[in-house]
Amino acid sequence: MKTIDLSSASVRELNQALHGDVQDREWRVSRPDGKHNLAVGINQPLSVDIDGHAGYYCAGMNQQASVTVHGNVGVGVAENMMSGSVRVKGSASQAAGATAHGGLLVIEGDAGARCGISMKGVDIVVGGSIGHMSCFMGQAGRLVVCGDAGDALGDSLYEVRIYVKGSVQSLGSDCIEKEMRAEHLQELQALLNEAGLEHKAADFKRYGSARQLYNFKVDNASAY
Amino acid sequence: MSEQFPPVLRESATFDRLTIQEIQRAAETGIYDIRGGGTKRRVPHFDDLLLLGASVSRYPLEGYREKCGTDVVLGNRFAKKPIHLKIPVTIAGMSFGALSANAKEALGRGATIAGTSTTTGDGGMTPEERGQSQHLVYQYLPSRYGMNPDDLRKADAIEIVLGQGAKPGGGGMLLGMKVTERVAGMRTLPIGVDQRSACRHPDWTGPDDLAIKIAELREITDWEKPIYVKIGASRPYYDVKLAVKAGADVIVLDGMQGGTAATQEVFIEHVGIPILPAIPQAVQALQEMGMHRKVQLIVSGGIRNGADVAKAMALGADAVAIGTAALIALGDNHPRLDEQLKAIGSAAGFYDDWQNGRDPAGITTQDPELAKRLNPEEAGRRLANYLRVLVLEAQTMARACGKSHLHNLDPEDLVALTVEAAAMARVPLAGTAWVPGQTQY
Repeated sequence: MKTIDLSSASVRELNQALHGDVQDREWRVSRPDGKHNLAVGINQPLSVDIDGHAGYYCAGMNQQASVTVHGNVGVGVAENMMSGSVRVKGSASQAAGATAHGGLLVIEGDAGARCGISMKGVDIVVGGSIGHMSCFMGQAGRLVVCGDAGDALGDSLYEVRIYVKGSVQSLGSDCIEKEMRAEHLQELQALLNEAGLEHKAADFKRYGSARQLYNFKVDNASAY
Repeated sequence: MSEQFPPVLRESATFDRLTIQEIQRAAETGIYDIRGGGTKRRVPHFDDLLLLGASVSRYPLEGYREKCGTDVVLGNRFAKKPIHLKIPVTIAGMSFGALSANAKEALGRGATIAGTSTTTGDGGMTPEERGQSQHLVYQYLPSRYGMNPDDLRKADAIEIVLGQGAKPGGGGMLLGMKVTERVAGMRTLPIGVDQRSACRHPDWTGPDDLAIKIAELREITDWEKPIYVKIGASRPYYDVKLAVKAGADVIVLDGMQGGTAATQEVFIEHVGIPILPAIPQAVQALQEMGMHRKVQLIVSGGIRNGADVAKAMALGADAVAIGTAALIALGDNHPRLDEQLKAIGSAAGFYDDWQNGRDPAGITTQDPELAKRLNPEEAGRRLANYLRVLVLEAQTMARACGKSHLHNLDPEDLVALTVEAAAMARVPLAGTAWVPGQTQY
């Protein structure tokens, strides 16, 4: 395992190393101290452990790598991730997994507002609760919330499937509760198992798009 | 009424025919009017400025003989690989989706022949435009449709879009008739939906966050790519200062004459400011920060000819960008299409329903039958010709002002024809030393 100590090395040195032609597949980042842009733009199957809190955009645009943060993360963790996985042992700030196209983002604690905003295919599993306006304009993928969801969940949703175990403070425009069929129970249980979170799929409710706002109609103007 | 005084029909200045028709249309449909393009109203513009040719106090350079440089380097503040263009006229961001794939390819071909850059748009990068563009700027937009790190790395520069001149503060809308299988696939959307583009970025708000976002993009691309920040002109003095402070290499400033693929008519005509007053505000901000010519300024919105290029650069721009004019060069609104345009309720020279996908020129459409009417090689050649003319015209005027490079033009080479233009451009009213707002008359 290769270790980079950010009390002496710079963020530039860390990312440059992770982008390079490396022999070591396992990396450890010590003393992150909330620094921004850690482990961004990786495009190879590395395993990266960050021992502490990270700032904005941790593991942004990740491809192939598995990144674990042993602490909390700031805004936009795993933003625009394409593949691989990111696990946050603590909680995440706003816009976790924003616009991400693929891969798996697991947040063991809570996530702030706009979790999964404009998500485009990623799977996001949150062990705790999520903030308001989460999954706003979510296009594709699955969002699983083991705790509660804040205001306006799934506002202006496209095709994301949302599963929530706890309460939903309110649903956003065009987001409705939907029937939980066998295939949904199956995919949800698989996601929970992959995330390593011990919950029963049967305890969740499913939410999705009513698809009434897909094409602008003046009669729907009051929905915005 | 006597025969000596027949009734005179007097049109109201407030409720003119266009206004009456719009009220009637709104009452009938219950929805605002959407169109493409930029503002159609008369606003103070480069036509209100004149260049001062040399005589006794200045001496000119010989036209066609003495060198007048046109090249420009963009993004040498932080990027390891700045862009070096032969000419200071770039192609503005326009999306595949709003435009056909052939049109995007033609823009790339024309720009490459002329030695300049072209720019992607909402919806991502197509192989056609990457393949045909020597210098390709990749737009990083709020929607992030089609955004992926592979294309980010393939780009020659990254343009973070905060707004555009036609609609500062507004998002976008690609109507369902243009969201075909390929467009929808690139944007991860259901086919045929009215695709909404967000007005602000999903993972940052405010200038302090922007600095972190710029740093992220630099980290992902190993500090190789120049980072542009594009703003719609509304408060350029403050916006430019904040963008430079956040770490931008290049500022792209788009005035209200700049086109859009589809926006509400009322938004296009009533939000934002023209490019003329925007440039001096941006230049002032750069000069106060000691960053003029270090952070380059690209301006757009109503650039039509070499005089516009020369005047914009004399006001302090490092380069200009063209969008609407580039589409016209490709073949948009061509007189040979008049009958076909009349059949869809428009006419050559007036067509602005770029949102509806029925463009007989094959440019603002996703209809495969219409799109194949545009030959990308021929259209690219037309664009290259037009770009050459813009530069030749600008050089001609710069030489007459005694300048050996277009960048040597400066505000002292300009006067204004109107008090308004003098105040906005901060140059003297012609025949006087008066700069309204700056000096006493």
